[in-house]
Amino acid sequence: MIAKITYLIAFSFFSTMIVTTPHRHLRTMRGVDLADHGFGGRLMTSLILKRLGIGLITVLAVSVIIFFGTKILPGDAAQIRMGQQATPENVAALREKLGLDKSYVMQYLTWLGNFVRGDLGISLSSDVPIMNLISDRYKNTLFVSVLTAIIGVPISLMLGIMAAMFPGSLYDRILTFISVTLVAAPEFFTATLMVLLFVFALGIGNAVVVGSVEGKGFFELIAHFALPITTLSFVIASQLIRMSRAAVLNVMSSPYIEMAILKGVPRKRIIFRHALLNAIGPIVNVVALNLAYLVTGVIVVEIYFGYSGLATLIVQGVQTRDFVLVQGLGMIFCLTYVILMLIADIAAYASNPRLRHPK
Amino acid sequence: MSSTDTPIGAHPDMLGGMPDGDKTDHFVAPYDEGVSFDELPDAPPKARFRLTLTGKIGAFFVLFWFFIAVFGPILAPYGENDLPFPDAYSEFQVPQAGALLGTDVQDRDILSRIMYGAGRTIGISVLATLIAYFIGVVLGIGAAVSSPRVDMVMSRINDAFLSLPTIMLGLVVVAAVGSSIPVLIITAGCIYASVVFRLARALGQEIMVMDFVEAAKARGEGRWWIITREIWPNAAMPLITDFGLRLIYIILFVSSLSFLGLGVQPPQADWGSMVRDNLGALQYGASVIPVLAPALAIATLTVGINLVVDDISAQSGGKLSKRL
Repeated sequence: MIAKITYLIAFSFFSTMIVTTPHRHLRTMRGVDLADHGFGGRLMTSLILKRLGIGLITVLAVSVIIFFGTKILPGDAAQIRMGQQATPENVAALREKLGLDKSYVMQYLTWLGNFVRGDLGISLSSDVPIMNLISDRYKNTLFVSVLTAIIGVPISLMLGIMAAMFPGSLYDRILTFISVTLVAAPEFFTATLMVLLFVFALGIGNAVVVGSVEGKGFFELIAHFALPITTLSFVIASQLIRMSRAAVLNVMSSPYIEMAILKGVPRKRIIFRHALLNAIGPIVNVVALNLAYLVTGVIVVEIYFGYSGLATLIVQGVQTRDFVLVQGLGMIFCLTYVILMLIADIAAYASNPRLRHPK
Repeated sequence: MSSTDTPIGAHPDMLGGMPDGDKTDHFVAPYDEGVSFDELPDAPPKARFRLTLTGKIGAFFVLFWFFIAVFGPILAPYGENDLPFPDAYSEFQVPQAGALLGTDVQDRDILSRIMYGAGRTIGISVLATLIAYFIGVVLGIGAAVSSPRVDMVMSRINDAFLSLPTIMLGLVVVAAVGSSIPVLIITAGCIYASVVFRLARALGQEIMVMDFVEAAKARGEGRWWIITREIWPNAAMPLITDFGLRLIYIILFVSSLSFLGLGVQPPQADWGSMVRDNLGALQYGASVIPVLAPALAIATLTVGINLVVDDISAQSGGKLSKRL
């Protein structure tokens, strides 16, 4: 056992070390300053290629952490699947069939190869291929996230930019107070407020979402998933409003805006021609960061409103200790997250030449 | 934004000791310009640190919940798993005499469970934050003062952990080793240590290139002396303010895991799991209080901390408010 753990730790340690080359994620979500370091690169295309390469490497590192993280526990897939009928002989036979008798490195490579080909293995608790479990659930998760992005992002950007246009006004202060409040509140608190408002006070909608995306018209669907979508929109809006307001205000305080004011450019033109165009990069960055944050939000919201999606599936997997399921779905969630982070990075580097040519 | 000219750094007792040598060394700290000057003979008068109205509201909630966390089990009208109406079928009762916030899905008193849960939710989160700080600060400042190669290795490993959503890391750990309170504390502490590491390392590096550190090196001071006398006093204030933010994230993380049924296990009360257990109340349309009360408890606590932190960081230069 001790030897096993030492081996796993040593392997994860060295593989993460080898696969993570110098890079920085721009993240404000988890409390780190925006871009305190950059890396050199002359042409934008080579820069993007470089970022993609780094993204790929990050995904590999993530897969190492997820695979070996779930390998720490004693007992393996063969033992768990045989359950009551586990005799040493048939466990050994199944182990050989599943390839669990090979070394951890070989197992990891096989798992990764299968993942790339779209084979996530067979669920331990229900003996069904995980792809089959996912196929009827992913639509719910995708629908809610995409619709949140389509509805929530433009509205909150508009609100944030308007707050930046009139800093210090009553509107700005109310909006800032609401977003400061909601940004630190848990998702299920926001969800409860929504249920309180819409279901109990106004009598619209249901506190539970039953059924799935299949066989419904578009407007029927929106009515059906209105509460989860509204909740998630509020959750990301609180971040987006604060950050987009800050991004525009940041540009507004630069010398060339002062110059524009001094030479008498009308206010509207300053905002839309001078400030907003220069704030687009940071705003795209902020949007991508917040969409990545949806990964966490979706999990809580799915459980809260009780509809079946990928998040409910992974929570079930953790509860039944179905680590093949956790590995597969964990990779899907992390992949989404890393890709969105990558977009955020590229947006920031594309929009700010100073990051491309660090001192 | 306030118009105070001396920021919060003017509070010497919050800084954990000033360097006592080199009183004439006229150094400029990266975050708090007030720090060095009030040690000087011609120091400006100390400005009182004042909370704004929202800050005071926040501070009230934080103190209130910490008070409940400590004395809740003594003050609670019932035990954690006692039934206020043992003789009757009393699921999801509305608030009434005998059960001031009503009863939950298993007929238990919600008020008592919130008071018991306060200690557990806050205790787990504070311990986890302390662990995160211990690991993060020791390794982060260690990385900042050690050779570039060691620093590079440590930062690369840290970056790999930073590129995962925290809740996923939590799920993977719980799937592997099961859930219990010690596991929860250590998991949350280790996951958030990576963020503290980045902050501590960045602060340490910023300070390491300052002239006064160069001077100390030139005098032949040892690495330990530089860490304790130069880096720590200057990094303490930003780290203390960041502690509040980290605490918010850890409370939300722990509550989310409990909400998913993967944190504190029944029958122990915890705010996150109380929300989950009582979701049925909303679905049957019975009452909203069994869900709203624990959710509101978490929200008032985290929002309260946030308001205080916002206030402090606005008065100490506003740099930290951007980080949330």
